[in-house]
Amino acid sequence: MIRLEDLSVAINGRPILRDVSLDLAPGNVTGLVGESGSGKSMTALAIMGLLPQGARASGRAMLDGQNLLEQPEAALCRIRGRRIGMIFQEPMTALNPLMTIGDQVAEVLRLHQGLDRRSALARARERLDRVGLPGSRFPLTLYPHELSGGQRQRVAIALAIALRPDLLVADEPTTALDVTTQARILDLLKGLVRDEGMALLLITHDLAVMAGMADRVAVMQSGRIVESGTTESVFRQRRHPYTQQLFAASRHVPARAPRPATVPLVQVTQAVRAYRTADGGLRALDGVSLTIGRGESVGLVGESGCGKSTLARVILGLDPLQGGGIRLDGREVTAQGHMPRDLRARMQVVFQDPFGSFDPRWRVDRLLAEPFHLTGRPGDWRDRVAAALTEVGLQPADARKFIHEFSGGQRQRLAIARALIIRPALIVLDEAVSALDVRVRAQVLDLLARLRADHGLSYLFISHDLSVVRGISDRIVVMQAGRIVEEGPPEALVGTPRHEHTKALVAAMPRIPEEWT
Amino acid sequence: MLRYLSRRMIVMGLSLLAASALIFSVTELVPGDPASFMLGTGAQPETLAALRQQMGLDQPLPLRYAAWAGAILQGDFGTSFTYRTPVAGMILERLQVSLPLAVMALALAVAVALPVGLYAAARRGRAGDGLVMAATQLGIALPNFWFAMLLVLVFAVKLRWLPAGGFPGWSDPAAALGSLILPSLALALPQAAILARVLRSALVETQGQDYIRTARAKGLTTGQTLRRHALRNALIPVLTILGMQFSFLLAGAIIIENVFYLPGLGRMIFQAITQRDLIVVQSAVLVLVAAVIAVTFLVDLAYAAVDPRLRRA
Repeated sequence: MIRLEDLSVAINGRPILRDVSLDLAPGNVTGLVGESGSGKSMTALAIMGLLPQGARASGRAMLDGQNLLEQPEAALCRIRGRRIGMIFQEPMTALNPLMTIGDQVAEVLRLHQGLDRRSALARARERLDRVGLPGSRFPLTLYPHELSGGQRQRVAIALAIALRPDLLVADEPTTALDVTTQARILDLLKGLVRDEGMALLLITHDLAVMAGMADRVAVMQSGRIVESGTTESVFRQRRHPYTQQLFAASRHVPARAPRPATVPLVQVTQAVRAYRTADGGLRALDGVSLTIGRGESVGLVGESGCGKSTLARVILGLDPLQGGGIRLDGREVTAQGHMPRDLRARMQVVFQDPFGSFDPRWRVDRLLAEPFHLTGRPGDWRDRVAAALTEVGLQPADARKFIHEFSGGQRQRLAIARALIIRPALIVLDEAVSALDVRVRAQVLDLLARLRADHGLSYLFISHDLSVVRGISDRIVVMQAGRIVEEGPPEALVGTPRHEHTKALVAAMPRIPEEWT
Repeated sequence: MLRYLSRRMIVMGLSLLAASALIFSVTELVPGDPASFMLGTGAQPETLAALRQQMGLDQPLPLRYAAWAGAILQGDFGTSFTYRTPVAGMILERLQVSLPLAVMALALAVAVALPVGLYAAARRGRAGDGLVMAATQLGIALPNFWFAMLLVLVFAVKLRWLPAGGFPGWSDPAAALGSLILPSLALALPQAAILARVLRSALVETQGQDYIRTARAKGLTTGQTLRRHALRNALIPVLTILGMQFSFLLAGAIIIENVFYLPGLGRMIFQAITQRDLIVVQSAVLVLVAAVIAVTFLVDLAYAAVDPRLRRA
């Protein structure tokens, strides 16, 4: 049993955690929920003794009667990996790219048990089998880049549980994964808690994931636990206003104008996008046909690698087609430099990562005015930048700021302002709200709904998250392996899916039980 | 792996071909015909013409290139205009000094840079790191001939441990090695400083990676994470620098060769240029270019040895 008592952390004198108390009981899943910056990850790192430089922790983190916060580094090294294991959010980068998966799991065993390489590898094999990577398909000699994101997360879990620790800390373990992969990883974690009797500290911003996993839950805000209890009681009662806000935001559906009569804007016919790969060829798009009406919002869902982003790229004229065609306003969309500027100016795109999609050395006015190179910069461009900023809920004075002065949600508003400034007909939103906290996400979704109503915009809204797409789309299109397998209005598609793949996606959607709401 | 290798080899062959053609045509375009240079300004036109014919200088450029390249493939680099001896022999003789010198200097540089870089990265932001950064800055800034003179003063003049210059030849290997120690030290100092800085910054960058955090969560100490996980990942930029340094050391040691009176490749090329001994310049430059290309190929192989993503590409 690990118990946190009045754990407080300050970094360079600034308080980050205040009086956090938690019991992490064996065989139990304890959930920490809250928005970014609320202190969830810092709590985990404090338990691990891996706080960043300049951080000072006080209070107690008790394991077997000893306070982890007072242990010397050498003692903590013996505890990490053996008594407490941890997995992180980003499976793509969490493993050493130059080491085989077998060696990475075996390293824990060799380090703590002094096993020789051979017996450590034999044990690593058992643990990899346990997390669903059987030896027949996943030999120990594989390198991380030969595995998918979900498979890599399984390796990370295998090495975290290799020594059957008392506590497994999982910090947003499925946030970077598809819904179906997420469901499988969550199942695995549940099974491990049940079979091995370990305690699991699950950190997530996703209330629905929490509802299906945690026995007890603690809601964090600004470094404090504002509410805690059994998951059911916290979800049913929602005593703290912040808990209520989180709930409201996660279930938020923006007001949607009735679907206008559809004049086609984008027509994709039998599009084929093929790549040559080492083992033959890959058809990222295998005869895709899709129409987006003027003013229509189309949601595009599917697992990673199904061709969603490729479809977005060909529609934007960024990738060439090997077959079929795409028309916008009846004019042909062609890749690379062949497309006329005025046609290109009819479409804009907003990407997932609000941190990587801006040049950090440019000021906001220059960033926002960039699409004008397609149309020619008008004399009143500064006024238009100011108007665009106002429209997305920012200040005209923000035009002189740099991008690092904004939060993630504000940056995503800037990305939308940049897309809007030349008044396009279509905006492609590629996982545009996936990286945002629930309350910010709700605001951005409202903003998108309002802008669409005001300007008659069409959206192609790409996401792996069916629950978000459902709220903003007039029609949902489901892709699998380069093909569209089903499409229909959101209610019908989620309510009565017909295709097997849609059924799997809907079944994998984490849900808060109806009776708790 | 095979595909990666064969692609690298094709690139190597093409680079050699292009480089040889370029070297040949550039030296052809330089004003000052070797025949007129050999005979002096007062030569009779008929004598000049006869010599040019004898040297094959009256043939068209592509033919001369083909003949030159064909001969080189058989190990015949031609005859020096000035010394009337085969160029191949001259280059070989000089390489016996320059190659061991470059290898020793590089080995020294790596032997110093590796622990220093690791040490600085492990103490990032602390006093030890600051000290190393200052020292390496100085190592880069110090002209190596000055350092060479200092070495001579201390180890040759005062302590009389090592010779101040000259090269006795490989018939006495111990004496030959002894005469290369001070020059290789002088050459290694700035290279070690550069290498240590590159290694440090590559390690510091690698230490911010997610997999380092994973390694710490496994229970590895900071030192263990650095050696077992960060070092290999930081090697790629270091290998790139290493390859460039070797190429530089092979021919760029001319100042050090002069300070220590070493009969190396750099001095030979310099003399050949002043004497307009074009055939020597051409051949020596070609040998150097071939060495650079070969080193680049070796660096590519080393990349593949370090990084499995390249092996299985």
